[in-house]
Amino acid sequence: MKQYLLSVYQPDGASPPPEVLGPIMDKVGKWRDAIEAAGAWVFTGGLEAPSTATVLRLSGGEVVITDGPFTEGKEHLGGFTVIRVADLDEALKWGRQFTEITGLPLEVRPVLDAVQT
Amino acid sequence: MLVRVFGDIDFAEDAVQDAFATALERWPAEGLPPSPAGWLITTARRKGIDRARREAARQDKHAQAALLAASVEADQAAEPLGDEVVEDDRLRLIFTCCHPSLGSAAQVALTLRLLGGLTTPEIARAFLVPEPTMAQRIVRAKGKIRAARIPYRVPSEADLPDRLRSALAVVYLIFNEGYTASSGDELIRVDLCTEAIRLGRLLAALMPDEAEVIGLLALMLLTEARRPARTNLDGDLVLLADQDRGRWDLALINEGHSLVRQCLRRNRPGPYQIQAAINAVHTDAPTAAATDWRQILALYDQLVALAPSPVVSLNRAVAVAEVNGPAAALEIVDDLELDGYYVFHSIRADLLARLGRTSEAAAEYMAAIATTGNAAEQRFLRSQRSRVNSAADR
Repeated sequence: MKQYLLSVYQPDGASPPPEVLGPIMDKVGKWRDAIEAAGAWVFTGGLEAPSTATVLRLSGGEVVITDGPFTEGKEHLGGFTVIRVADLDEALKWGRQFTEITGLPLEVRPVLDAVQT
Repeated sequence: MLVRVFGDIDFAEDAVQDAFATALERWPAEGLPPSPAGWLITTARRKGIDRARREAARQDKHAQAALLAASVEADQAAEPLGDEVVEDDRLRLIFTCCHPSLGSAAQVALTLRLLGGLTTPEIARAFLVPEPTMAQRIVRAKGKIRAARIPYRVPSEADLPDRLRSALAVVYLIFNEGYTASSGDELIRVDLCTEAIRLGRLLAALMPDEAEVIGLLALMLLTEARRPARTNLDGDLVLLADQDRGRWDLALINEGHSLVRQCLRRNRPGPYQIQAAINAVHTDAPTAAATDWRQILALYDQLVALAPSPVVSLNRAVAVAEVNGPAAALEIVDDLELDGYYVFHSIRADLLARLGRTSEAAAEYMAAIATTGNAAEQRFLRSQRSRVNSAADR
């Protein structure tokens, strides 16, 4: 089995109104449940806004703390899920469902085998 | 030599050891083979593949075994390994090489390397990139297959239409790059066309029930059939209307027509089949004047409905010009956003010239010349432009 990190990228700015977001989040919840039922779910983390991020950098031998996020862009990492499946096609199958539900782009990236337990 | 084949020294040594072990078992009983050294190499190669397969089963690395087996086969094209790589393996390998998670350049390079008969230097030459660049592209793609665990299997039924489209697109891309090289001095790179047709035949043999697979093969055969007439002795481009149809390859045309008829009977039309049918109409006409443009236009209408794209609309406009006149065609062409595509400028120039708008036509030919990197195309476009200019002077 292989672990994959599914990262969600969402546009900066306000989230959609509750009447739009609510039904979508319901479906995302069911999507997560389905992954769990299939025995493929490892971890999910939704993230607070990028403006809440703090960045640490080594500068002149000292760690300097600055206001985040690490990279400014039009889109930011909104959350992630780690799944454990047989191969890329299975990972893409779950990823595709998420993108169909939310309309958001998703990056599917294999986790190094060495860090798997 | 085996190290080259297996790309791994330890691995090759193990394979040789296996071969010697087998020799020790067999030779005393069966006597020496005619060429003991050759026997050892062949056996070591087979053992290596067996070993890779065994390890594959153990470590769940099927793709790697397949890639190895296929590399072996590609390297030893002149010396077939018999049933070592069964048909089923090749089909899976096509879907691995053409996986949509690989970039298009990587898909093409991997497919040519592992399923075609081309070596890395040959592929590099065909795409005019330095050999180390191409080698690195192939290594990276293999690395991604391994790291991301791109599966080595025929996709599930749900995924098959998408994935097959991706595989067919790779084959057609190879063919088109061969047919009109996007850069370089020669108009046509025959080796790429040959490879694409070989791959098309392979796919057709492996998936005979997929109508689009047959359609793509027919399309390539009917295009290839006209190649001998497509350039003159100087290597310059000859337009379809001006080609010596006696130089068309009749055997390829007959085969293509028979495949198109087969597609029509199935009645599951798709973009490749329709394009093949359009080419069948062209190759059916004994002279350019005898071309059934109405039927071609009807086929383009179907293609626009099924797979709309600006390029399809542009090609449809050429048929419209023949059926309804250049003014109607220009109206369609002017609505297309294909600025920078040399065929667009070339067709627009031709339509303007036919409407007597010569100075506009000459300017449009200039735009066409500026947007193609192919020397033969440029020569052709320059000659068209001087024809328009001299017509303007008269």
